[in-house]
Amino acid sequence: MNEATIKTTIFQLLKRIAPENDPSTLMPDENIREALNIDSFDALQFIVAISEKLNVDIPEEDYGKTATLKSLMAYLQQKIKH
Amino acid sequence: MISFKMPSLGADMEDGTLVEWRKQPGDLLQRGDILADVDTQKGLIEIEFFGEGVLEKQLVEEGQKVPVGTVLALIRPVGAEAEQVVPPAAAPEPKKEAIPMEPILQEEKPASPPVATEKTKRIKISPLARKMAEMHQMDISQIKGTGPEGAIVKADIEKRLAEIVPEKEVVEKPREVLQQAPVQQAAIPESEAIRKAVAAAMSRSNQDIPHYYLEKRMDMSKALAWLKEANKERSVQQRLLPVALFIKAVAKALDDVPDLNAVWENGLQRKNEINIGFVVSLRTGGIMVPAILNADTLSMDAVMACLNDIIPRARAFKLRSSELSQSTFTITSIGEGGGDKVFGVIYPPQVGIVGFGEIRDEAVVHEGMIGIKPVVDVTLAADHRATDGLIGGKFLAALNKYLQNPASL
Repeated sequence: MNEATIKTTIFQLLKRIAPENDPSTLMPDENIREALNIDSFDALQFIVAISEKLNVDIPEEDYGKTATLKSLMAYLQQKIKH
Repeated sequence: MISFKMPSLGADMEDGTLVEWRKQPGDLLQRGDILADVDTQKGLIEIEFFGEGVLEKQLVEEGQKVPVGTVLALIRPVGAEAEQVVPPAAAPEPKKEAIPMEPILQEEKPASPPVATEKTKRIKISPLARKMAEMHQMDISQIKGTGPEGAIVKADIEKRLAEIVPEKEVVEKPREVLQQAPVQQAAIPESEAIRKAVAAAMSRSNQDIPHYYLEKRMDMSKALAWLKEANKERSVQQRLLPVALFIKAVAKALDDVPDLNAVWENGLQRKNEINIGFVVSLRTGGIMVPAILNADTLSMDAVMACLNDIIPRARAFKLRSSELSQSTFTITSIGEGGGDKVFGVIYPPQVGIVGFGEIRDEAVVHEGMIGIKPVVDVTLAADHRATDGLIGGKFLAALNKYLQNPASL
């Protein structure tokens, strides 16, 4: 799975949670939850959706690595490779 | 005979529009059955019936807007004889209603020739579907019903219409009868309607309820450590959020301090069930407060499952009447991400609301030493007519006790 596919998947899932926002305007280092106004419940739903869609296991202690687009991309790419 | 009334789904609701009957006369009703869909400011709500009996008569037509308290239907309790309770055929039923039926609707039934009544009686059809069929002069004996027990419902009529009527006519505006009933679909309430509902309830609260406030900072290290361990064993779909712990702890604390699990209606009235209203903010503005019923008896996983079910439904405006009308106490955790603490406004006629701020690390003095610990600032706003600060203080202490001993939840 390449970078573009992962990014598209992330944007699709974010759009589903925060439909009134355009996730493609996110800056790489911006905090996703703050930028898109996502509460803890929706944040968990997002993690669930990502792990189901990309078939990766995201343990709770790794939640911090999913905060920005840049860190989330890096984390998922590394997860998928292994 | 049980008079089933338009329920009040909160202090802010004045009326509702009966959109569709989900049960028909003669249907056996079990506890928790959904009787009808009602359109309110809070979306399309499924109205449940919490008894047992047989639906005797529908008194409100689909599409009618009626005030809270209007008798919607008569239900014969299980065991009662039908003959004893059937009102005489000539009984002027509309008189029982707070809002008289529109004249055109009153005329409809008596005007139908007996033969037609005979004929339609044999075919199960919802009132809305019947009206639509009459409007389009359709022969309902040709329509296959897909509703309960093969009853013809709106969708069947629409399907048939699509088959026989050119598209243009289907889109044509319905005639007078249906124009009185503009709400046919599960209309998503405008954010303005939600805003008005919130405004009405909160204004009433601020005018009527003398609030008092207490605040306590609670150490979250044990609770978070417990959650971390608990979540290690759970798949991502089953993981718990701190809010599930808060809900359970509040429910247990209310069990210890029952004066706060109550309503103020001509005095303090304690409630037997502990139903926790949980404030869900809507992305388009406004809030919904669905209840987690009997939260004190649920396991932590069950509370979380309930949240996973109820939050998306609240955001999609698809709640049930019991979830909107039966909360006995409210939790707001809107402080998360936004404020260190939140001071709630009580949702009348309840007598208290607890607010959880954001969980964050703070310098804490513990046994003479200063350390860094995760804490949460918890506030209680309570009705001073119903309780005094002593009760409020007991509640916060009980809540803290449970949060310091999460395994006991």
